[in-house]
Amino acid sequence: MRIISTILTSLKSLRRNPTRTLLTTLGIIIGIAAVITMMEIGNGSKSAIQTSLENMGANSIMVMPGSMMGPGGARQGAGAAVSLVPADADAIGENCPSVALFSPVVRGGGVQVIFGNVNWVPSNMFGVAPAYFEIRNWDIEEGRIFTNDEVDTNARVCVVGTTIVKEVFNGMSPIDCELRIGDVTFTVIGVLKTKGANMMGSDEDDVVLTPWTTMRMRVTGLKTGNVSNTSSTVSDSPGERFAISGRALYPEQDTSITKDKLFYSRFTQLDQIIVTASTIEKNEQAVQEVSDLLRKRHNLSIEQDDDFTVRNSAEFMSMLNQTSTLMTNLLLGVALISLVVGGVGIMNIMLVSVTERTREIGLRMAVGARSRDILRQFLIESVVLCISGGILGILLGHGMSLMIAGVLGWPIEASPQAIVAAVIVSATVGILFGFYPAWKASRLDPIEALRYE
Amino acid sequence: MSALIKLVNIGKTYFLGEISVPVLKGISLEIGKGEYVALMGASGSGKSTLMNILGCLDRQTEGDYFFDGEEVGRISGDRRAKIRNKKIGFVFQSFNLLPRTSALDNVIMPLNYTAQNLSSAECRRRGIEALKQVGLGERLDHFPSQLSGGQQQRVAIARALINRPPVLFADEPTGNLDSKTSIEVMNMFSELNASGITVILVTHSSEIADCAKRTIMMKDGRVVDDPRRNPAPAEKEA
Repeated sequence: MRIISTILTSLKSLRRNPTRTLLTTLGIIIGIAAVITMMEIGNGSKSAIQTSLENMGANSIMVMPGSMMGPGGARQGAGAAVSLVPADADAIGENCPSVALFSPVVRGGGVQVIFGNVNWVPSNMFGVAPAYFEIRNWDIEEGRIFTNDEVDTNARVCVVGTTIVKEVFNGMSPIDCELRIGDVTFTVIGVLKTKGANMMGSDEDDVVLTPWTTMRMRVTGLKTGNVSNTSSTVSDSPGERFAISGRALYPEQDTSITKDKLFYSRFTQLDQIIVTASTIEKNEQAVQEVSDLLRKRHNLSIEQDDDFTVRNSAEFMSMLNQTSTLMTNLLLGVALISLVVGGVGIMNIMLVSVTERTREIGLRMAVGARSRDILRQFLIESVVLCISGGILGILLGHGMSLMIAGVLGWPIEASPQAIVAAVIVSATVGILFGFYPAWKASRLDPIEALRYE
Repeated sequence: MSALIKLVNIGKTYFLGEISVPVLKGISLEIGKGEYVALMGASGSGKSTLMNILGCLDRQTEGDYFFDGEEVGRISGDRRAKIRNKKIGFVFQSFNLLPRTSALDNVIMPLNYTAQNLSSAECRRRGIEALKQVGLGERLDHFPSQLSGGQQQRVAIARALINRPPVLFADEPTGNLDSKTSIEVMNMFSELNASGITVILVTHSSEIADCAKRTIMMKDGRVVDDPRRNPAPAEKEA
């Protein structure tokens, strides 16, 4: 018996009793609708979290200098030491295959900017490389970002956030305006797209970005500190460098401390290196590669602790993702239970249908249907029933999630996988729960069946 | 006349738990191609059981049944289904049409189970042809509920003829019809027989049986009267 004509036959027999058909499939419809709605809302919130985290550059890896023991034994937290140099950043770019992008970062915190008679202290001021914009997923609203050439030549150019435009430039376009950062005059070449507040509530758009070389060389100058890096050099004790007319400012340092301080050259310190892995999955690997490389470059023996810190915010992100996945799965489980209940409904009605149509089955057998033809007919009937219920459920579920998006404003995301899965699941429910009734029908004795009243 | 149907010592016994109920007791007969046979007998005489065996719906418990030269009592269910589909047409007392299904769809239903795949246009063409043959060419799209009893039975006959079988079995075909439509239906059987189809009908009415050319009387599971009674199998083989 041809499949298509079987499907047509089963559609016809389902149409004979539309109310019952609809009520039978209601379980499947509700189950599938629930699955689809859950998946779309779950996916929506997951990708909303993902996008907001990515906007914050949260899929990036931060490499910071380690903690240090300052003069007098005062311990300072991670980032206080001076252990990262530009060569480290370049080496990361060259030697870590999992790293896609990297940018040195020099902080210019607390420096005032002045334009005309307006002054302002941006909450964020960084010296970076052009790759930083891609790493932070930050597009330009107007103008351009600076180039690698401008980084190499310490060009006095800067890119500003929209808060700066509003507060300093009073909303007018700042392109080609002269902005004073600290004591240095910069030309504004670009305006960043608005990002809004980050998760901690601080304004991301209150930012000025310059080439990191310019920031280090012209604005912040060098940091002093516990320079443990081999390639960086430090002259002598701070007391000597900041000596005021014969009086030592600081107590003389022990020779054991001064011994491993080398001369420093210009631009040796970076406050941070920001890195992204080629894919999110490779994040862990990239962290490992960067750590290994820096340990090697900094000549750290096995007993020594890292003189740097690698922070992987992907952990944070995957934790958030896990939470939302867990919720989605829980709800999905509930939805699957309703599918099973729907399947039992299908089985029930198919059994009724087989009994009701006993004479029809007998007749079909008398005119030459083999038992497998009967089995197939009823199986296809229940699958058609379930799949049509599934399709209705998909439409209903999608409609429901659209409604939720409209009324509650929750983010949703259509999920093609969920739709495919819904169709497969409903077909499976049809086969599983339709098999017993169909098998029962195929086992009927034609003579008994023809005589059935 | 070559034998289309040949029964050798057919017996059928039902087992109801401990008790065995013999329904057919050693029936031997031959029916040739193009015959018009009526199986007669009181209820309980075994005529319906015999027809079920003849129609490959049931299996005998003893003896051999040769249909078209082939022993069909012991072949697989699927092959018997194929024989029912291709070589046998059934007409039932209660018509057994599918409800809420048009006359045409009812008629072409058996083609669904035919091995050779006919296009739906070809199926339709053959269905229309069969319905015209029974004089219902104008009622293709009527549902059974919109047809009279006689018309319903004619749809059933058209359905039985759709695969052009050599044999037509009719179980009390006029049982649910009034006398006027009964005559119409019986005339149709006569015409079909005249066109070369073997017709075998089961009835308890001698009026209906008179339409047939040969009447086999049954009683208590045995053939008691057959105008063309076959010799006993042993003698025939000799």
